[in-house]
Amino acid sequence: MSAVKLTIDGMPVEVAPGTTILEAARKLEIDIPTFCHDPELTRNGACRMCVVEVEKARALVASCCTPVAPDMVVHTDSERVRTARQTILRLILANHPLECITCEKTGDCRLQDYCYRYGVSESGFQGETKDLPLDDTNPFFIRDMNKCILCGICVGKCQEINGAGAIDFTRRGFVTNVSPPFGDPIENSSCVFCGMCVDVCPVGALVPKAGVGKGRPWEIEKVKTICPYCGTGCSVYLHVKDGKIIGASPDAESPVNRGHLCAKGRFGWDFVHSEERLTRPLIRRNGVFVEAGWDEALDLVASRLKESIARYGPDAFMGLSSAKTSNEDNYLFQKLVRHLGTNNVDHCARL
Amino acid sequence: MYEKHLMICGATGCLSSNSGKVKEALEAELARRGIKEKYRLVMAGCVGFCEVGPIIVIYPDEVFYCRLKPGDMAELVEKHLIGGEVVERLLYTSPDVEVPGRFYDTIPFYRKQVFNVLRNSGIIDPEIIDEYIMRGGYRAFSRALKMERPQICDEVKRAGLRGRGGAGFPTGMKWEFTMIAPGEKKYVVCNADEGDPGAFMDRSILEGDPHAVIEGMLICGRAIGADEGYIYCRAEYPLAIKRLRIAIAQAEEYGLLGENILASGFNFHLNIKEGAGAFVCGEETALLASIEGKRGMPRPRPPFPAVSGLFGKPTCINNVETFANIPLILREGGVEEFASIGTESSKGTKVFALAGKIRNTGLCEVPMGITIREVIFDVGGGVQGDREFKAVQAGGPSGGCIPAELLDLPIDYDSLTKAGAIMGSGGLVVMDDRTCMVDLARYFLSFTQKESCGKCIPCREGTKRMLEILERICDGSGEPADLDTLESLAFSIKDSALCGLGQTCPNPILSTIRYFRHEYEEHINEQFCRAGVCKALFQYYIDPETCIGCTRCARVCPVSAISGEKKEVHAIDQSLCTRCGSCVEVCPKNSIQITRVRRKADVSS
Repeated sequence: MSAVKLTIDGMPVEVAPGTTILEAARKLEIDIPTFCHDPELTRNGACRMCVVEVEKARALVASCCTPVAPDMVVHTDSERVRTARQTILRLILANHPLECITCEKTGDCRLQDYCYRYGVSESGFQGETKDLPLDDTNPFFIRDMNKCILCGICVGKCQEINGAGAIDFTRRGFVTNVSPPFGDPIENSSCVFCGMCVDVCPVGALVPKAGVGKGRPWEIEKVKTICPYCGTGCSVYLHVKDGKIIGASPDAESPVNRGHLCAKGRFGWDFVHSEERLTRPLIRRNGVFVEAGWDEALDLVASRLKESIARYGPDAFMGLSSAKTSNEDNYLFQKLVRHLGTNNVDHCARL
Repeated sequence: MYEKHLMICGATGCLSSNSGKVKEALEAELARRGIKEKYRLVMAGCVGFCEVGPIIVIYPDEVFYCRLKPGDMAELVEKHLIGGEVVERLLYTSPDVEVPGRFYDTIPFYRKQVFNVLRNSGIIDPEIIDEYIMRGGYRAFSRALKMERPQICDEVKRAGLRGRGGAGFPTGMKWEFTMIAPGEKKYVVCNADEGDPGAFMDRSILEGDPHAVIEGMLICGRAIGADEGYIYCRAEYPLAIKRLRIAIAQAEEYGLLGENILASGFNFHLNIKEGAGAFVCGEETALLASIEGKRGMPRPRPPFPAVSGLFGKPTCINNVETFANIPLILREGGVEEFASIGTESSKGTKVFALAGKIRNTGLCEVPMGITIREVIFDVGGGVQGDREFKAVQAGGPSGGCIPAELLDLPIDYDSLTKAGAIMGSGGLVVMDDRTCMVDLARYFLSFTQKESCGKCIPCREGTKRMLEILERICDGSGEPADLDTLESLAFSIKDSALCGLGQTCPNPILSTIRYFRHEYEEHINEQFCRAGVCKALFQYYIDPETCIGCTRCARVCPVSAISGEKKEVHAIDQSLCTRCGSCVEVCPKNSIQITRVRRKADVSS
């Protein structure tokens, strides 16, 4: 099908049929604000921040889910559009705790950014605000639904990408909330703690526990690496401040994980700086672990293996390797085990 | 063979005024006399005149009995059924008729009505398919089976039928879009999720003539190439659902539903999906999500259901009343007959539910183009207690109010929209001088706020803030700037909300501000509610000129705020009065009047 020609903010653009106004505008490097848009998910159209004026249309349209049409004339920053966006921001602020001073998201918060862009410093409305209990019983992240703006991306990720379906919209009207079934803590739901919801939350409603109070977004250095937990090889950014890992986030550009991580890669970094981490081999003597040297430890393992094989044959032992080691190490490990005469070798990632 | 047929109204209004008990009493009386088999008793569909229910219409005598009580049955049997004479005292009487009305044609309520959609309601037994067929039922469908698909769409287009659910989209065009949409599997969906407060048109159609809707859906299925349909009916309509189930089973038995219908090769299966009572599920995309088993939340359009609807397949979704019109259009010569009624842009009839402070509460079917005055005063009999007509709310929470000065507005889609209301599904709530327009807007906003699905920010948060402002105005703590805030918020929400619910929910506010701005200003600036509704903004006082000292007010006052000796003028202690209004209801002389609240400052000056 032939390209669709339209005009956005006075600039002509040609795009493929089916392209949304938002995508066409981005082609022209016009930045239309969005809260609920996520290219991976079904078009949602919930937040209405991306509304634009289309000439001859009755009302403003959500650019994230309206396809372009031939000869469409679009205004993305008209007075009418700005007023609508300001109203939306004011309505959000009227029901959003202004705890920006201590909020973990400060500096990386889209609500802040857009309020700044549209000059909205206060809501101007008086009235009821949400007063929901904090859900922080799980070890990984805090759910503060008072800060939630109900953009619904977390729901979309959980249902459409992860498939866990742990959360959805509950109740109606002003008391609408995103919650696990029956308002239970997330811990008691089908959540697998992949943390996708935490990564995409545009505000401070979902915050990883490990980083609380440890650093502001602008103080953090993001170091790209490969997750060592399993053989998948996901790209991950470690959040580092003062030489310490205080969090992690997925690499959206990585062809391997395309912005996704599992619970371990997303949250399992506390072991790195743990005081309980083993740095030397231990040998149990009379029921007590005693520190030993590497040579001593390896000699002990070798002698015990030899003894066992001599006494019971090679099939009496097995090797179980770890997904946390590299592919090459695992290859060598199975070579070693087979060289010792048994095929009893396995790998924890198979469990 | 039956001697007479007694059609007992078994619809919502009459059932709630006890027509079930009337039927039991009638049966008992007939059994007692041993003449039960001579008479056929039918729990029929709605005859519309709920105000005077329970109603029994006796055929072939053509006698319309109303306001019946179980205790009247012995006389009715004795005099009418056995004695053959009409029981005068049970006929329709009212100040608007000189002699008691004996049948539909002599009762003013029916005089301006045209029965198209309600053609069978109250006349046939809705639980017997043969009765529908005897009245010409399924003939339009069998005609449609012999027609080419575009030809069917064309007839619906030529008839000028527009969607009766409220928005008024041309039905024939919708059918055509779905017909030409590519796809093997298509669906027909009937929106029977009637949710406007005070509206019961669709309910009555389903209860009174379910086959008309099924036939309309079959014709639609044939036209667009669908082999399956869903009726999404709210679970709060158990009788409608029961009658639909019976109707579907009977149509299946007669080979009018199922495989290879009437040996034409056309297949059509019909399912019922019961809705769980969310108002937003009347919005088509939310309704489809609900059928799919998802949370009833609207999604952005396009794609429209005609292209990607139920389970992602092309779907034609119409309202109950729209489908009930279809068999009339598709019968031989139906297009011309249908289009001969109504105005240039709005053809046919419209069913309205008359509610509120109107004398003749009930259901009426009138030709499009009739004026609001005719519907309210000629059909509806005017305002209860001959009080002053103030406004009528058309279109429920999505609609707007129409004031007295627009009473001569013709009822058609475009005129109503221009006046700031909408046709809506057909609810007309009449208000008199005792209705506060600010409170009315507050009521509708509290409804839309609770029923907002919560998905989009303008609707979820905006309705709450508008409601809070209205609540403050009604409490007496409104500020002059509130009106501007309300208006600008309302326009923004209208302009940016996701679905029809959000885009139309500011209408009650905008239309009351447009026509009754002075009431808002009176609330805010003068702390006065002239209608005597907003309790903080008025006081009752007893007019010493007219009070006769009957003591009735003092006796009903729940907080003993009224004092006075017998045959002497009574007085209200303002510090105790809760403004419940009980005294107003019982005062025989209309002596209890409304006045401004006397503030402390007023007293000292």
